[in-house]
Amino acid sequence: MKHIPWIILALVGAACLAVLAVSRGEPVNALWIVVAAVSSFLVAYRYYALFIARHVMALDGARATPAIYRADGLDYVATDRRVLFGHHFAAIAGAGPLVGPVLAAQMGYLPGTLWIIFGVVLAGAVQDFMVLFISMRRDGRSLGELVRMEMGPVAGTIALAGAFLIMVIILAVLALIVVRALAESPWGMFTVAATIPLALLMGIYTRWIRPGRIGEVSVLGFIGLIAAIVLGQDVAASAFWGPVFTFTPQALCWILIGYGALASLLPVWLLLAPRDYLSTFLKIGAIAALAIGIVVMAPPLRMPALTQFTGGGGPAWSGALFPFLFITIACGAVSGFHALIASGTTPKLIGAETDAPFIGYGAMLMEAFVAIMALVGASILDPGIYFAMNSPAAVLGTDPASAAQAVTAMGFPVSAETLAQTARDVGEHTIVSRTGGAPTLAVAMAEIFAHIAGGSAMKAFWYHFAILFEALFILTAVDAGTRAGRFMLQDLIGLVVPSFRAGTSWVPGVVATALCVASWGFFLYQGVTDPLGGVNTLWPVFGISNQMLAAVALMLSTVVLFRMKRQRYAWVTVVPTAWLLVCTLSAGTLKLLSTDPAVGFLAHAAKFGAALEAGTVLAPAKSMAEMEAIVFNDRVDAGLCALFLAVVLSLLFFTVRTCIAALREERPTVNESPAHMVAAS
Amino acid sequence: MKRRGVMKQRDVMKRVRDMLRLMVGQPPYEAYLAHMAHHHPEAAPLTRLEFFRNREQARYGGAGGGKCC
Repeated sequence: MKHIPWIILALVGAACLAVLAVSRGEPVNALWIVVAAVSSFLVAYRYYALFIARHVMALDGARATPAIYRADGLDYVATDRRVLFGHHFAAIAGAGPLVGPVLAAQMGYLPGTLWIIFGVVLAGAVQDFMVLFISMRRDGRSLGELVRMEMGPVAGTIALAGAFLIMVIILAVLALIVVRALAESPWGMFTVAATIPLALLMGIYTRWIRPGRIGEVSVLGFIGLIAAIVLGQDVAASAFWGPVFTFTPQALCWILIGYGALASLLPVWLLLAPRDYLSTFLKIGAIAALAIGIVVMAPPLRMPALTQFTGGGGPAWSGALFPFLFITIACGAVSGFHALIASGTTPKLIGAETDAPFIGYGAMLMEAFVAIMALVGASILDPGIYFAMNSPAAVLGTDPASAAQAVTAMGFPVSAETLAQTARDVGEHTIVSRTGGAPTLAVAMAEIFAHIAGGSAMKAFWYHFAILFEALFILTAVDAGTRAGRFMLQDLIGLVVPSFRAGTSWVPGVVATALCVASWGFFLYQGVTDPLGGVNTLWPVFGISNQMLAAVALMLSTVVLFRMKRQRYAWVTVVPTAWLLVCTLSAGTLKLLSTDPAVGFLAHAAKFGAALEAGTVLAPAKSMAEMEAIVFNDRVDAGLCALFLAVVLSLLFFTVRTCIAALREERPTVNESPAHMVAAS
Repeated sequence: MKRRGVMKQRDVMKRVRDMLRLMVGQPPYEAYLAHMAHHHPEAAPLTRLEFFRNREQARYGGAGGGKCC
């Protein structure tokens, strides 16, 4: 009897998916996607998460969690599960689930929707949940330590090095998105720049004026943000201040690198903490507002279900649906980076083992919902506008007329006037080739918010609000990530040179910070100067690396199930591991070895290298120096891909070896912390 | 009846407040005091401000950036 409502919900979800799958040509309402996703998520949570909790993990409500047996009121605090859900969700949801689905919309809305729904249910949420479980049973240890405990020190070190590389790529690609969103946009640049003095003032307020009053200072900061957006319009229009806040991508790149280095050396209370308050609360608020906005507006989808780019040759990113769609949408479907969060603060705060499905599986479903909203956002735009924003300048030219012609030739008719009018509506000089996903989403959010509040007169405000919201939490991620990367690097170098570890002197800290900033700065600069726009090159590398980390986390989960002697349930982690390995290994190999220069780094390098020897300049390069830079960058990217492949293959080797060893044992060999019972403590 | 409704509302407000503060790395101070009183009654607990600084440093100063892409 109790199953009947769930069966109905499952049928509703299936019906919505069927509507999406069969409609071609006629306009489909965005709510079909939303209802399909939400009902799938609820049914998956009710049945699959519960199955994993009861049978695969055998969670025990009577077994104390680290927050109980290690309680200290500081790091280890048993927390209400709803409160902890918010904490965990805020930590996992960032720019990834907003950007990836926007880029994936180039293949139409259907492939992305299906991958997000099935990916999160079978892979992403399973990964987060399993890692949380594993860490929760081991005093809340981190991913690197967990791999070391269960798979040996070599595997642990490889995983740690892989995680650092991924961090570098994430920081570079996030910074690149900010550069693409703010370049040549004085309004956007002014509002984002204004957050720095604003954060400093907030820092002073929480330090000396009203210490610890987060709510108060955040409200004041929010008022400042709104004022900055309003003022930004006049700044951009001013003959003097407009040019002062107009930067080329190259200049912005250097500003960001300098800022990243400085921000990670300043005291945290001055800049990092107050800006994190703003970005966290703005993020939660904007996501909630977007959800309400989509439901109230119920917009029709204007992007086709499938475009001709499913076979490859798309302008936003290269490659065919398989395997590249599955690495383009990483966060939202399955994100390896979450393994670092699920083995971070959350396992130290969870109050009972039986809360783990809600936190681990549930919060990831929520992130998938954010990804679905981003996909909806990109798909309600006129496809002509979408492709004019997301194709590189090398394809479009720089003015609305050439862009309209190029996009119309792709099969998405759009007029130069529409492009120019859209740019005027959102208060920008141009929307042509604003790649990176963030500006596209901002146009969509402006569309939705203006429908709810303010009408088209408010579009420019809402556009810059959306840009600010994205840039703000990306910047927070950049400096928090630089700090985290610095500590990872110190740990790694400390394995060889013990004196390099944290706490001995300030020199290693500065050296590690410099190394970390230089690493992501290199890839950022490469992306910014890439004539194809950079997102094209860097986003796939980011996707591959993130999915590979997910594969590593799921391989660890598989090893743990084998060592618990619960291998009859190992398919729960083996199936998504296998799928991710197939996707990432084939995408990585294609990126490395494909003979198509649009896809393969080495083929691209060979093509430009041959031209270089012949002394000819190939478009989009304009000089021999640019040609040399392209060849060099291709080789670095190829090396990176090869490195990621090596990391994942070596960990696969350790996984198989450890699983076979576990099978030969009679009893469990798993390294869990001794069980404390709640009643006994 | 009415009184219970008010209590409940206050409960929800507290939970929302706890959630927002924990999102930026600040667990409830009251829980810390309760823990100290129960387990370490002899030790002087951190003041509210010291507790705030301690958590701020733990969230932003160390390796746990606590942020995702």
